[in-house]
Amino acid sequence: MSYARLTREQIAQRIANDIPEGAYVNLGIGMPTLVGNYLPKGREIFLHSENGILGMGPAPAPGLEDMDLINAGKEPVTLLTGGAYFHHTDSFAMMRGRHLDIAVLGAFQVSVAGDLANWSTGGDAIPAVGGAMDLAVGAKNVWVMMEHLTKSGESKIVSRCTYPLTGIDVVKRIYTDLAVIELTPRGLVARDLVPGLGFDELERLSGVPLAPSGARAAA
Amino acid sequence: MGESGEGLGREGRLSTGMIDKIVPSLEAALADVSDGSTVLVGGFGGAGVPEELIDALIAQGAKDLTIVNNNAGNGEVGVAALLKAGRVRKIVCSYPRLADGYVFERLYRAGKIELELVPQGTLSERMRAAGAGIGAFYTPTGYGTDLAKGKETRVIDGEGQVLEYPLRGDVALVKAERGDRWGNLVYRKSARNFGPTMASAAKCTIAQVYETVELGTLDPECIVTPGIFVTRVVKVPRKKQAAQVREQAA
Repeated sequence: MSYARLTREQIAQRIANDIPEGAYVNLGIGMPTLVGNYLPKGREIFLHSENGILGMGPAPAPGLEDMDLINAGKEPVTLLTGGAYFHHTDSFAMMRGRHLDIAVLGAFQVSVAGDLANWSTGGDAIPAVGGAMDLAVGAKNVWVMMEHLTKSGESKIVSRCTYPLTGIDVVKRIYTDLAVIELTPRGLVARDLVPGLGFDELERLSGVPLAPSGARAAA
Repeated sequence: MGESGEGLGREGRLSTGMIDKIVPSLEAALADVSDGSTVLVGGFGGAGVPEELIDALIAQGAKDLTIVNNNAGNGEVGVAALLKAGRVRKIVCSYPRLADGYVFERLYRAGKIELELVPQGTLSERMRAAGAGIGAFYTPTGYGTDLAKGKETRVIDGEGQVLEYPLRGDVALVKAERGDRWGNLVYRKSARNFGPTMASAAKCTIAQVYETVELGTLDPECIVTPGIFVTRVVKVPRKKQAAQVREQAA
């Protein structure tokens, strides 16, 4: 049977729908930023930005950019009514002090043990970490948003990360273009496979042991 | 403070009843920055970067500096200009890789600058620790990663943690919006970022502001950096934001 992978926008939509009202959420730089575009209207969710913003709003209308009001990716944003500014150490206390409910982060690899590799591919790139390690250990729930496979078809869910680690045993859930994977104490559980993709095929592509979500319910 | 009253600087001086931390020029503000200093520089991306102070530091000529900043400069302004002028021996930062961070990249690849890469929250907390008199602290951030290599670790409450030491500045350069003669500061939006923490973490903190105001003008409930953390205040002309420039051009 054939199946279509989700677009980045569709993955973002899935994640946005899973964020409950009242959640304090940090959306990582890159793909996770898209999630902000799909937060359900009328659901109050607090977006946090590491550079000192709670209640961050969308990008301003063209011409109204204020370069004193930017997000972690250094792009101009807005502040919602009720939002707040604070300094860096307070901002990272929110992140490191387990106050954020959810961090949505991109990843190069996630291991079956929940290890996250998302800050460096090694090699000779200039090393840069930003707030990735703080979010990885500090958020109550780390959700990863990534494509399931690399461009060359290798699974980004691995038995052991080969890229430099960002955090150990930190990832709770992975949203990919093929499925949602929960990391549970009993192993990885797959749900919401894209239409037409069978569980066996997903497990084969993933290259690591998975359980279907029904099996977890029966266990 | 010791019994000798070290640091008071008031012995033999007449009381004027007029403490004034506002200095007349950028040159005066930076006159005593010496070679080899560790300089904490505020800003995140382009927001909150004390560009006028950095330009004045280049003109002042101090060299062999260690710079602490979240980034390593972009384009050829701010920290990048200081790097380009060859004044920086080492940079301590969390994210030196910016789209237009070519000045740092060239120096780094040529082995002409030392890089200490620190997770952003640890960078901020190390400066907070310096300002708060904390000897060292444990944090889970970075545990088990390359950035914790060679550092002491300990398992606390079942969680691996890394020992981190305070990061002190000889000088801090911060950008605020308004200040008064006692050195009280308020900031603007997300340009606040590292300013308050850096102000507390240096022996000499110099704040550039767009407005100086009379004592009592800043709401005491809303002062973000109390003057005890500030050594000097210098006023600089307000720069037009891109949006304002476009409006005027239209």
